[in-house]
Amino acid sequence: MPDPSAPLLEVRDLVTAFDTDAGQVRAVDGVSFVVHKGKTLGIVGESGCGKSVTALSINRLLPKPMGKILGGQVLFEGQDLTQLSPEQMLKVRGARIGMIFQEPMTALNPLHRIGRQLSEIFLLHKTKDPREALAMSVEMLRLVGIPSPEIRVSEYPHQLSGGMRQRVVIAIALACKPALVIADEPTTALDVTIQAQILELMKNLQREMGMSIVLITHDLGVIAEVCDEVVVMYAGRIAERGPVLEIFENPKHPYTRGLLQSIPRLDSPRKVKLNTIEGMVPGLLDLPTGCRFQNRCPHRNARCAEVQPTVESVGDHHDVACHRWRELSPLEVRS
Amino acid sequence: MSEKSADQSRLPLLEIRKLKMYFPVKGGVFMTAKAQCKAVDGVSLVIRAGETVGLVGESGCGKSTLGKCIVRLNQPTSGEILFDGADLAKLSRSEMKPHRRNIQMIFQDPADSLNSRHTVGNILEEPFIVHGIGSEAERRARVNELLRTVGLPAGAAERFPFEFSGGQRQRIGIARAIALNPRLVVCDEPVSALDVSIQSQVLNLMLDLQRELKLSYLFIAHDLAVVKHISDRIVVMYLGHVVETASAEEIYRSPRHPYTRALISAIPVPNPRKHRDRIILQGDVPSPINPPSGCPFHTRCPHVQERCRVEKPALRTVATTAGIEQQVACHFDL
Ligand SMILES: Nc1ncnc2c1ncn2[C@@H]1O[C@H](COP(=O)(O)OP(=O)(O)OP(=O)(O)O)[C@@H](O)[C@H]1O
Ligand SMILES: Nc1ncnc2c1ncn2[C@@H]1O[C@H](COP(=O)(O)OP(=O)(O)OP(=O)(O)O)[C@@H](O)[C@H]1O
Ligand SMILES: [Mg+2]
Ligand SMILES: [Mg+2]
Repeated sequence: MPDPSAPLLEVRDLVTAFDTDAGQVRAVDGVSFVVHKGKTLGIVGESGCGKSVTALSINRLLPKPMGKILGGQVLFEGQDLTQLSPEQMLKVRGARIGMIFQEPMTALNPLHRIGRQLSEIFLLHKTKDPREALAMSVEMLRLVGIPSPEIRVSEYPHQLSGGMRQRVVIAIALACKPALVIADEPTTALDVTIQAQILELMKNLQREMGMSIVLITHDLGVIAEVCDEVVVMYAGRIAERGPVLEIFENPKHPYTRGLLQSIPRLDSPRKVKLNTIEGMVPGLLDLPTGCRFQNRCPHRNARCAEVQPTVESVGDHHDVACHRWRELSPLEVRS
Repeated sequence: MSEKSADQSRLPLLEIRKLKMYFPVKGGVFMTAKAQCKAVDGVSLVIRAGETVGLVGESGCGKSTLGKCIVRLNQPTSGEILFDGADLAKLSRSEMKPHRRNIQMIFQDPADSLNSRHTVGNILEEPFIVHGIGSEAERRARVNELLRTVGLPAGAAERFPFEFSGGQRQRIGIARAIALNPRLVVCDEPVSALDVSIQSQVLNLMLDLQRELKLSYLFIAHDLAVVKHISDRIVVMYLGHVVETASAEEIYRSPRHPYTRALISAIPVPNPRKHRDRIILQGDVPSPINPPSGCPFHTRCPHVQERCRVEKPALRTVATTAGIEQQVACHFDL
């Protein structure tokens, strides 16, 4: 009998690398977090920091042969997914874990009608009858707010708008009512009214079925609205993680603080310079020794250039990887 | 600002008149055209020199289609696109060529628009080659400068788009669009894939480029805080129609159209303690293949009346603030 209070997903020290012409790069380098049953964990971070690669690693969908998991564990429903055979993984993916991809065009097959792509999931996990599968597909499309779903099932991806394609991808991910949904920028392509509708739909499914959600987004507004916990990543590592209120009201990592200060807000003056975190993320092939954020950090000192900070507890399930967090004054974040 | 330059900035750079873009919808056993998808259905709008017009609206309402008509990736069904004394809607491919470098587009889905068989350096060099600009060494130097401008390392030139993350690819798209110093850039979700710290860098960059190069932007995005930040004027579309337009300040302060109101109320606020009252729209999301009669919004409008089902409201001016008109396509003063 599994422990009901055990987390649904636990990622431990995940290391994922790609072989490139210039050598091996560790896109994810020692990332750990837990996702509790019925809860939503948000992952935010710089473009290229390894959010999508983390998601693909959990799901074992890394591009082969360049991408591989070098270390760590992905514990899900009592198994370590990194140890499963491709056949065993097929039973988990789609049925127990649904994945919503960042770029809908890469997730959809341009040569197949929408209906066929959705039906495949139902035929794999739910029914043997193609007509029933198609009917389920139409229903699913309606559920995610696609108008005229009975016409859209027989269309091809390029005939749909960006937002509609994304809703198709969402429909595919939610089709089998999985225990965990990993959503990689699920609503970035959608307008806010549809976004509100989709987030509402995901929350309802979560309430009904106790589904857990890993939500990757850079929209801190969305994070604030739907997440229970937040992981902030930087250059393949965890910068900070904790409950959503802690992250927004008591951010400790200079990167998290920089993010919160860079958001354009509706009540701020137009066309003025926004706060930014100057500089660029280091390339994975030329990472500095010490802290990976040091070249952009206003608080760096000599130690930051020498010693890579490890994740330490701030208290209240709030952790940060920064040498200097104790010395920073509380942040004034406008609400 | 001197009077003269103020006048200059009032001049329309681009004027769209009653633009329609209908796509054939094929179906049935013989895959013949059965119906039409009225993606853009009679849109008129003006973009002035140096101005940013934000374009927002429901996904599928025709924003990208409108943008693609302007750069002539779509051949409009009818209407006019006046730019530099020419009607772009009527030009042939070769007649369009001199205008192309003046009107560029940044796309929504970077995977769609970057040729993955070419290195980033080749992709960025291509516009210079097509328009016969510079020697090889000059082109290379310009490519490196572009990479720096958009915050990519110089080494990126030797690499392929698929080696970059989604957000990094979007920066490649921006670099390509600004390569030839265009006058108008149609930006289709240019910063949606970027995290906020880089997003703010890119927005600052776009504002700088605008001031330096007197660029105009048509800025399509879903993040309304971003749109408000960068835009002078905002146009709200719904189902192929413009339903409201006003200055960026005014449309947030006093939105008049019920769809605009729903849109603004749905903006997520980056504050976990604040959960605002939402206008959650009910009713069926209509389809441009089978648009409703009368007002395009009537199937979801909380204020719908009988008149709305039969009569399509025209855009009418309801107020003028700081010289910018607020126009609404609604029968009622709500
Ligand atoms: N197939 C690949 N080959 C080589 N490197 C790759 C490959 N896929 C991803 N990477 C690298 O791994 C790193 C992490 O990429 P990832 O897609 O996870 O970023 P991300 O955090 O999802 O960014 P974004 O917000 O832009 O989507 C990036 O530096 C990227 O260049
Ligand atoms: N090439 C095409 N063939 C047929 N229909 C198309 C084509 N391109 C777009 N459409 C249709 O035109 C309508 C408008 O699509 P468009 O991509 O312009 O929407 P959008 O406002 O940009 O949406 P989003 O915010 O989701 O990107 C949609 O119904 C879409 O299905
Ligand atoms: Mg990603
Ligand atoms: Mg679009």
